[in-house]
Amino acid sequence: MIRVQLEDFDIGQEIDALTAGNTGIGGICSFMGTVRDMAGGSGADDAVSTMTLEHYPGMTEKALAQIDAEANTRWNLAASLIVHRYGELTPGDRIVLVVTASAHRQDAFEACQFLMDWLKTKAPFWKLEASEDGASWVEARESDDDATARWK
Amino acid sequence: MKILYFAWVREKTGIASEEISLPDGIGTATQLMDWLSVRGDGFADAFANTDTVRVAINQEHASLDHPVTDSDEVAFFPPVTGG
Repeated sequence: MIRVQLEDFDIGQEIDALTAGNTGIGGICSFMGTVRDMAGGSGADDAVSTMTLEHYPGMTEKALAQIDAEANTRWNLAASLIVHRYGELTPGDRIVLVVTASAHRQDAFEACQFLMDWLKTKAPFWKLEASEDGASWVEARESDDDATARWK
Repeated sequence: MKILYFAWVREKTGIASEEISLPDGIGTATQLMDWLSVRGDGFADAFANTDTVRVAINQEHASLDHPVTDSDEVAFFPPVTGG
């Protein structure tokens, strides 16, 4: 299941709703991404005041659904969820949530990491960081491409 | 053809989307970028370095040499940075 939304989310409620009534689940993994206060994430001097996430309505939902389907093909999952926010966020805000649930932990662990790696290089989102010095678009990282490439 | 621009590509072209009639002789995404580039400084700037531009055709990631037709929805944008 995937959702793209402006609104915040509650990780506990999301996990409860996703797994309710499914007693075959033996393990649940989650990853939540939040807004850092450092521009570029590497200790630059200018503190981020806002981060605005732009996306491609239509393609975003399609891409996330494809990524979710791919994870369910590769691993034996009882349930999976991707929630991604867009719009203007501030440091500390939640951006993205991935939850995977399976009978045994290995599937949940691996699928959770796969979903994050793939969505970072395939889902059409772009981050604009604003600080006192102005606004700049976050550049894609080669390490993210490498992280995607290792899931052959 | 519907064309969409995102992030700094949108800022440079100055528009988020437009409808055009695909001119004769434009058969790939690269050829479309070259044609768009000569429409004005903003477009030229947006497509100055095609290594940094990605394309989606009908909402699927595509290579720059992918064919385009007049009924396609084509989007140009920088490498994605979500998550």
